[in-house]
Amino acid sequence: MSMLHTVNKSPFERNTLASCLGHAKAGSDILLIEDGVYASVRGTSHEDMVRSAVGQHNVFVLGPDLLARGMNPEQLIEGIAVVDYGDFVDLTAKHDKVQAWL
Amino acid sequence: MSEPWEEEGPGTIKKFMYVNRKAPYGTIYALESLEVVLIAAAFEQDVSMVFLDDGVYQLKKGQETQGIGMKNFSPTYRALEGYDVEKLYVEAESLAERGLSEDDLLVPVEVMGREALTELMEEQDVILSF
Amino acid sequence: MKYGILVNEGPYQHQASDTAYQFAKAALDKGHEVFRVFFYHDGVNNGTRFGVPPQDDRNITTRWTEMAEQHGVDMVICIAAAQRRGLLDEGEAKRQGKDGDNIAPGFRISGLGQLIEAGIQCDRLVVFGD
Repeated sequence: MSMLHTVNKSPFERNTLASCLGHAKAGSDILLIEDGVYASVRGTSHEDMVRSAVGQHNVFVLGPDLLARGMNPEQLIEGIAVVDYGDFVDLTAKHDKVQAWL
Repeated sequence: MSEPWEEEGPGTIKKFMYVNRKAPYGTIYALESLEVVLIAAAFEQDVSMVFLDDGVYQLKKGQETQGIGMKNFSPTYRALEGYDVEKLYVEAESLAERGLSEDDLLVPVEVMGREALTELMEEQDVILSF
Repeated sequence: MKYGILVNEGPYQHQASDTAYQFAKAALDKGHEVFRVFFYHDGVNNGTRFGVPPQDDRNITTRWTEMAEQHGVDMVICIAAAQRRGLLDEGEAKRQGKDGDNIAPGFRISGLGQLIEAGIQCDRLVVFGD
């Protein structure tokens, strides 16, 4: 059994990412989408939380959402991989369930 | 438990978990999530409801809604048992963070720590989050 | 894989409906089956044919309609959520004594059981919301 978690909230607006990280088992994958992508870049006050998540999970960020928001993929926290919608589909197929953290 | 040969048949029983993370009244999610669970009960699946983060406020005792002109739907949580929805889990950490305890809740629940809840989530087949 | 998709937010207001569309499109492009898209909460507003977005913007409803027609995706609007928010098909308009209906082609109105059924029948149920 394995799980993909999606997070669509800015960590500055709600506790969604923190809650997800508090409930995601080591080894499960995490995908940041929509406003969730703001957590993926270096230099924010949430960077330590995200860095420790990268140590325990594969963390992905949806590229189209990142680019739409003017965020530079070169500013990503090391270890976060950029994916597209097709990869998003592949991630849902790879895991046997998806939990959306809203 | 379903037998292995029943897995893909019409008798399939899946583990459905309804994750409630939002407070009532401020938005409609809590009410409409409850409506899903009531319908789901008729499908004879393995249903659990989880309340965490602000979702624990859905179960706060003593809701009085006359003043806001909205329907008080909190008594419905007490009716869930009649629909055979008996697995209600509340996260201990979410309660404690909000200065609440089990005594503040309007229905009997199983209070569960974050780690145990994480394990429970992993066991599910379908997770619906509201 | 057989996918079920739940859309919980209205068009234009929240990106959920756009993300769900891009996800469904990518799944279809990869040869997966999208069995059903279920629209709940304000998500039911994806199915009104009376929306007139500016010409230089995407037409979210038309996109869903085209996906339904080209790929046979079952687009289901929750009846309980739709009734609250004024989404009606012809039959429902008659039953409720309303003077018109507003559902777009390719969509149908049905019960929450269709969501549970998608959860049972699909390999994956993916939720998009707020």
